[in-house]
Amino acid sequence: MSDAAIPVPQRMADQLLLFTLNGEEQRTWVSACSTLTEVLREHLGLTGTKHGCELGECGACTVLLDGKPVLSCLLLAVECGGRTVETVEGMMQGPELHPLQSAFAELGGTQCGYCTPGVLLTAKALLERQPAASRAQIREALSGNLCRCTGYQQIFESVEEAIRRLQEQPVQPESAS
Amino acid sequence: MTNRDDLRVVGKPRARVDSLNKTTGQTRFADDITLPRMLHCKLLRSHLPHAEILELDVSRAKSLAGVHLILTGEDFPVTYGILPVSQDERALCKNKVRFVGDPVAAVIAVDEDTAERAARSIEVRYRPLTTVSDPVKALSQDAARLHDYGEEGNIHKRLAYSFGDVDESLANSAHVFEDVFFYQGSTHLALEQHAAVAQADPEGRITLWSSTQCPHYVHRALAKALELPATQIRVIACPNGGGFGGKTDVFNHEIVVARAALRCGRPVKICLTREEVFYCHRGRHPVLMKIRTGVSADGKLTGMHLQTLLDGGAYGSYGVASTFYTGALQPLTYHLPRYRFDACRVFTNKPPCGPKRGHGTPQPRFGQEVQLDKIAEKLGKDPAELRLAMVEQPDTLTANYLQIGTIGLAECIKRVVARSGWQDKHRKLPLGRGVGLACGAYLTGAGHAIYWNKMPHSGVQLKLDRNGGVTIFCGSTDIGQGSNDVLAAMVAEVLGISPGIVRTVTGDTALTPVDLGSYSSRVTLMTGNAAIQAAERARELLASAVAEQLDVPAERLRFADGRVFDLENPDTGVSFAQAVVAAESRFGTLGTVGSYAPPRSAAKFKGGGVGPSPAYSYSAAVVDLEVDPVTGMIIVDRVYIAHDIGRAINPVSVEGQVVGCVYMGLGEALMEEQVFRRMPPKLSDALVHRCPSMLDYKSLSSLDMPEVIVELVENPDPNGPFGAKEVGQGPLLPVMPAVANAVYDAVGVRIDEVPITPEKVLKALEQKANGGEGRVGPTEFPDIQWPEAYFVPPPWEGGDGRSTNDPVQKRAAKMHKMDRTSTS
Repeated sequence: MSDAAIPVPQRMADQLLLFTLNGEEQRTWVSACSTLTEVLREHLGLTGTKHGCELGECGACTVLLDGKPVLSCLLLAVECGGRTVETVEGMMQGPELHPLQSAFAELGGTQCGYCTPGVLLTAKALLERQPAASRAQIREALSGNLCRCTGYQQIFESVEEAIRRLQEQPVQPESAS
Repeated sequence: MTNRDDLRVVGKPRARVDSLNKTTGQTRFADDITLPRMLHCKLLRSHLPHAEILELDVSRAKSLAGVHLILTGEDFPVTYGILPVSQDERALCKNKVRFVGDPVAAVIAVDEDTAERAARSIEVRYRPLTTVSDPVKALSQDAARLHDYGEEGNIHKRLAYSFGDVDESLANSAHVFEDVFFYQGSTHLALEQHAAVAQADPEGRITLWSSTQCPHYVHRALAKALELPATQIRVIACPNGGGFGGKTDVFNHEIVVARAALRCGRPVKICLTREEVFYCHRGRHPVLMKIRTGVSADGKLTGMHLQTLLDGGAYGSYGVASTFYTGALQPLTYHLPRYRFDACRVFTNKPPCGPKRGHGTPQPRFGQEVQLDKIAEKLGKDPAELRLAMVEQPDTLTANYLQIGTIGLAECIKRVVARSGWQDKHRKLPLGRGVGLACGAYLTGAGHAIYWNKMPHSGVQLKLDRNGGVTIFCGSTDIGQGSNDVLAAMVAEVLGISPGIVRTVTGDTALTPVDLGSYSSRVTLMTGNAAIQAAERARELLASAVAEQLDVPAERLRFADGRVFDLENPDTGVSFAQAVVAAESRFGTLGTVGSYAPPRSAAKFKGGGVGPSPAYSYSAAVVDLEVDPVTGMIIVDRVYIAHDIGRAINPVSVEGQVVGCVYMGLGEALMEEQVFRRMPPKLSDALVHRCPSMLDYKSLSSLDMPEVIVELVENPDPNGPFGAKEVGQGPLLPVMPAVANAVYDAVGVRIDEVPITPEKVLKALEQKANGGEGRVGPTEFPDIQWPEAYFVPPPWEGGDGRSTNDPVQKRAAKMHKMDRTSTS
C-alpha cells in the first residue's frame, strides 16, 4: 500500500485557533472535534498535561482557563479562542520555580508524578482565590484530582508549605514583567 | 557494608532526585513520546467472554484510507507468559477468546481515529461457548474448559502443604476457631494508562518504550513471541505513572506494536483507553478462604489450617505465584507450631488477575487478623495483648521455613496502641464509634527469580567522571516509589558526595545491567546492596590512589562532604574530583560494578520458592472510625500505623509509601470492587465489567482520606542496605482487617468480607435486631479434591526443609545418601 494514494479522510474543515498559552500568543489549526488536551499534547508538544480517563473523571488533564481549573479533556480546543490557557509548563517564571513546584518536590507531594500537573494547577488557582486556604478548603479544591500514590496527605502538606512561602515572599512591584 | 551512624544522606528527609522534573511537567511518560512518521495502533477486543473465532474478515478495514497494516492471531504463532509454568497467552487470539477484552486484531493507521474506525469495521464471526463466571462452579465446569493445561477442567493450580500434623494439634487445642472470609477483587487503577512505542532501525533491531515495571521480563517475552534474538531487542521502561503491580506483566499491546513497527518500517504507538486498562487488569485475585485455627487455653496458637480458592480470570499471568502467596506469609507474625495450607486457582472468563500491591497476601491476612479479633473476644483478652504474647522471635525459621531476621512487630503494636489511645477506646466508645487493630508482614523482595538461574537479581555499574560527577546504571524502574532516589542516596553516602551530582540511567535493557524489575518490594534492598558494592569498590580505587598521593594509610581516609581526607588530621585531603583524577591517572578509566543475589533459602520442598526473602517488614495499624447505624455509612476519622522499616533511606519517600498503602487499603476495605455483570440475554448476555470507569469504580478522593499518623520503627536489618527493609506494600496489609475490627467495635456486627459497604452493615444490623448473629459474609467453603499434601516436618520437629513424601525428592535424598556412603 503506497503512501501517496491515501486520500485524507473527510472531516469538518480545520479552524484557526488564536489564544494565549502560558502568557504567549498561540496560533494553530485545529479540527473542530479536537479536545484541548489533544491539541496541547499532540499539536503543540506540551505533554505536561496528562490524560487518565478521557471522560472527565480523574482530573489529570486539569489546566487553567482564564485562571479557573477546567478539565481539558472535556473542552473542545475551538472553545478556547481568545482566552488564556495555563499549563504546568507555564508555572515557572523563567528559571524560578513556583513555590508549589518546589514544595511538592521537597515534601512528597509527588510520587509517580502523573496526577501532579493537574494537582499543581488546581492548587495554584486555589491560592490565587484564597491565599491562606485552610486544610478543609484544600481538600475541597483538590477533590476532583484523583491521586493513586500519595494518599493526598503530603499533597496537603505541600500546599500548606507553599502558602507559607508565598506569604514570606516580598510583594512583587507592580511594574514587574 | 557500613552501618555507621554518622550518615549524611541516608536517613535525611530530601527532595527526590527526580521530583522537580515531575513538578515542572518535564518527566517523559510513554504516551508523551512522539517520533517522526509515527503510526498509531488500536486493538479490536472481543465483546464475548468465551467464544471460538470462526472467521475474521479484515477486507473492509484494509480498504479504509490511512490504514497501513492489520495484524491478527495468524501473525503471532508463539505463546508467551510471565511465568515459565503458564505460557498461555498469545499477542492476538487465534482460535478462541477467553474474556471480554481479549484482543483479536490490531489496526495500524495514520492516526488513532482511523485505526479505531478500521478496527470497528473488521467482521468477526464467533461461536459462543459456555461462560464460566463463578469460581465455585468453575471447579466442576469441565465441559467449558478455557485452557488445555493446568490440573483438570478449569482448575489451573491446586496445591497442599502440611508443616507438621495440624489435625493432631487442633484435636488437642483448648479452642478451635473456624471462619470463612471473602476478599473481593480490585484493580490497580494507576492514573497513567498503559502505553508503548516501538521503533525498528534499518538493521531490523527493535526498540520498545513502554510503561512497564519489568523491562527485563518484557525483553525475554518479546524475544520469544517475536522469534527474534534478544540482542536485536531493546526495552526502555519509561517512568510509570503508577504501577502497583499492574505493569509487571507482559502485555499484548507491547508485542503487537513491536511486530507492527518491524513490518511497517515506521514507529508505532499505542495508548490504552481507561476502559481497556480495566479489562487488562492483572489485579487483586478475589479469594474465598476458610481458616481453622487451634488456640491453647493461655491464648497461644497451636496450629492453623488455611484453605483458599482464587478466582484467577482467563489466563495464568502471575497466578501460580499468587496462589502460593495466599499461604506463604501467614506464619511470619505470630509463632505457629504447625501449619497446613491448601490453595486452588480456577480459570474464569474474566480479565486475568495477577499481582496487586501485597500480591496474594492481603486476602489471607484479612481473614487471619479478623479471626484473631474473634479469638481475643472469646478468650476475654485484649487483641493487642493477645498478639504481643505470641509475636515471633527474631532470627527464627517459621514452620514453612521462612527465615525471619529482624522483627519489630511488638514495637509496632506498642507504638500504635500508645499513639491511638487504644486502652481508653477499645470496647469503651459510645455506639457508632469504634477502633480496630490488626497487623501484617511482607517480604522485602522475592528470594527466587521468576525463571531459575544462578545469576544476580540486580546489577549496578558506576561511571566516575573527572569532574567528580557519578553516573549509576541499573536496570531498575521507578514506578513512583522512589527507586532512582534510593540508588543516588546509596552511592552518594558511600562516596561522601551530594546526591545532586549523581545521575541515574535506569530501566534500559541496552544500557543498564539486568535488574529483575519493580515487584515484591525488592528494589531498595536488591539494587541498594548492588549499588553499595559498586560504590565501595570505587571508593577502594580512589582511596588507594589518594593514599599514595598524600602518603596516608588508605584505612585512615574518610569520604564525606565531597572530600577525601585523613581522619586523624582532616585538613589533609583532596576534593572528590581530585581523588577521581588521582585514581584515573593511576588505574586508567574508572568503572565499577556491584551485584546482589538473595541468600539461599532453607525451604527445600517443591514449591518452597514462594515466600523466602532476605528480610521481612512488619506493620501494625489502629483504625478509628464512625458507623452511622441508620445509614450504615462508615467515616474513618484517623489511622495510626507503625511500620518496621529497618532504616528509612529517605523519610519523605517512606512516609509517602506508608500513607499511600493506607489509602489503597482503605479503598479495598470500603469501596473498591472489580466486579462483573451479565448483559441482557437479548443483547449479548456477555459477562462484562460492571464499572469500567474512574467515576463508577469507586476510589478515595481527597475528601474521603482520613488523617494518617505514621510511626517508623527503625532497627537496621543486616541484610538490608544501611539496614533498610521494604515499605511499598507491607503497610497496606493491616488496614482492611483493622477497619473490619473497628466496625465490630463500633456497632457490634461482623462483616467477614471486603468491601465493607453501608448495605452490608445495615443488613447485618437488621439481622442482629431480629435476633440473628449480626454477620454478613460467606458461610461455606467448597470441598475441593486436594492432592496429597507435601508433608514437611517443621524445623522444631526434626525437619530439614524437605518434604518426606515427595517421590522425586525421596529418590534424590536416597541418591545423595548413596554418594556420601560410597565416597566417605
